[in-house]
Amino acid sequence: MSVLKISSVSKYFPGGTKAVDSFSLDVADGELVCLLGPSGSGKSTLLRMVGGFEDPSSGLITIDGEDITHLPPERRPTGMVFQSHALWTHMNVFDNLAFGLKLRRTGKSEIREKVEAVLDLVGLAGYGERKTHQLSGGQQQRVALARSLVLEPKILLLDEPFASLDQHLRERLREEVRDIQQRLKITTLFVTHGQDEALSMADRIVVMRDGRTEQIDRPDVVYRNPQTPFVAGFIGTMNLIDGEVAHGRFHRAGLSLDLPISDGPAILAMRPEALDLSLADQGQAVVHRVTDYGTHGLVDLDLPEAIRVKAMVDHPDRFSTGQSVNLAPRAVAAFRDGRQVFRS
Amino acid sequence: MATLVSRRIDWTGIVFAVLLTIAIIGPLLVVGIWAFTNVWRFPSIIPQEFGLRWWSATLARADVWSSISMSLTLASVVTLLSAIICLPAAYAFARLDFPGRDILFFSFLAGHAFPKFGLLVAIAAIFLQLNLIGTFWGVVLIQLVGTLLFMIWIPVAAFQAVDRRMEEAARDVGAGPFRVFWSITLPQAGPTIAAALLLSFVGTFYETEGAWLIGAPQVRTLPVLMISFINNQPVIQFGAVLSVLLWIPSFIALLFARRVVNSGSFARGFGG
Repeated sequence: MSVLKISSVSKYFPGGTKAVDSFSLDVADGELVCLLGPSGSGKSTLLRMVGGFEDPSSGLITIDGEDITHLPPERRPTGMVFQSHALWTHMNVFDNLAFGLKLRRTGKSEIREKVEAVLDLVGLAGYGERKTHQLSGGQQQRVALARSLVLEPKILLLDEPFASLDQHLRERLREEVRDIQQRLKITTLFVTHGQDEALSMADRIVVMRDGRTEQIDRPDVVYRNPQTPFVAGFIGTMNLIDGEVAHGRFHRAGLSLDLPISDGPAILAMRPEALDLSLADQGQAVVHRVTDYGTHGLVDLDLPEAIRVKAMVDHPDRFSTGQSVNLAPRAVAAFRDGRQVFRS
Repeated sequence: MATLVSRRIDWTGIVFAVLLTIAIIGPLLVVGIWAFTNVWRFPSIIPQEFGLRWWSATLARADVWSSISMSLTLASVVTLLSAIICLPAAYAFARLDFPGRDILFFSFLAGHAFPKFGLLVAIAAIFLQLNLIGTFWGVVLIQLVGTLLFMIWIPVAAFQAVDRRMEEAARDVGAGPFRVFWSITLPQAGPTIAAALLLSFVGTFYETEGAWLIGAPQVRTLPVLMISFINNQPVIQFGAVLSVLLWIPSFIALLFARRVVNSGSFARGFGG
């Protein structure tokens, strides 16, 4: 039953760099919110401010209405899982998990019960006596998660916890973490630069750039209805073309499409999966490369003026390099002055 | 598949290795033989009579036993004090940024950059006015100076090598800064710090000039006693027996080091 409130929090580093710029976010009870952005977008700094490892320059952070803005980490009801797992290598798994409980003066038998329960939860029952270096990367990260969970934090903080793992393990662990999070109904803030992670795990995604929020929405909305060209380009693959609108039509690189907005410059956005191709003599584009991914194919197309777009096709074997094709977008969006102005 | 690189014999390497071995082992061997010799007269290559006569003669002397216990007490006290003073300082050097940090850090090298005896004489002059000459604590102080370099530089490297995320994770589960240092940072840096403590103990045990200049004649450590034996006694065996006795702590330290110090920690301590 915990709510995290971040109100106009800023962080300036010495030298005047703004890592986080007047950021606000409410995380509802039991919700998993992903902070998604490229490196340097301030997402990790923000998470570390919630955990108490960075002191905000201004703003307010509360958990269940209680001001924790300037509390040291040891006095916050938050639990953090670090990218590098940060297990204490001079202790075995049991001692890693029991350390926080001992600091809370928990009784011996209760510690044993709690540690066994949490090891069971992360699927490592019976691993208590292992040394940390005897565990695989995935197991180490599970112990790190268990170390936070055993203290029953009000807010769980995850700082790119899967970044050091390989692709397969990452996918499996993110399902496990999501399952555990939903079972415990624990309010969670999750930092990642991987859009797959964000799209598959989050209740809501915060797309960050240069310390500011670009968009906060459910994953499907962020994908289908990006509010800024940055979000459009960052989430999934998007063809973005700079052009001009005149008399309700968009023009650039031989393309000419209906776009019912006022005259002036605009950025046209088309998803590869919403772009139909048809073979044509003297078509708008030339096939540069065809890639077959098994489930689908991707066709790279050269338009005039050195513009390249990608189109997703069901049957990549129908296309080959050098062919001339016409494009027909089924859905487009348009941006002007950094904001979405049209969506079909 | 076998590698087709022919292994040539490295004669230069072998010559150097042999010369080095002779240079190190040779004197040790001679001293070792002298210690177990009852009679050895020129021109015989090996002693005429082996035996433990000089061992019983040496160990029967009260000044030998008092100097052994003096040396052990002194080395223990100096190492302990040095740890209490230097470890927090090393942690500060490793983790905090303060004005003058680099200059202070390199100042510890200064004590070793100049001829040591000159420095000792200057300090002795000051100690004379402070009535520290010939006292136990005077010798402790002078030997503390000698341990500063090891006990600051090596632990600094050890603390810097500790993953900060580990410390943050400990803060996260509720440990205050001091608890983090005690339960996480210190054990993580442990093996390297153990190496520094060993170096400091053994270094203090063998330190001679400072102990002699400040401590003599009241405070007599084993090496100081050995010097007076060499100067005053016409019998070589006294010195030889004491030398063998002096090997014992470094031999124990080496055995201990092999167990405690995992490979690489020593090198890491020196920034390797």
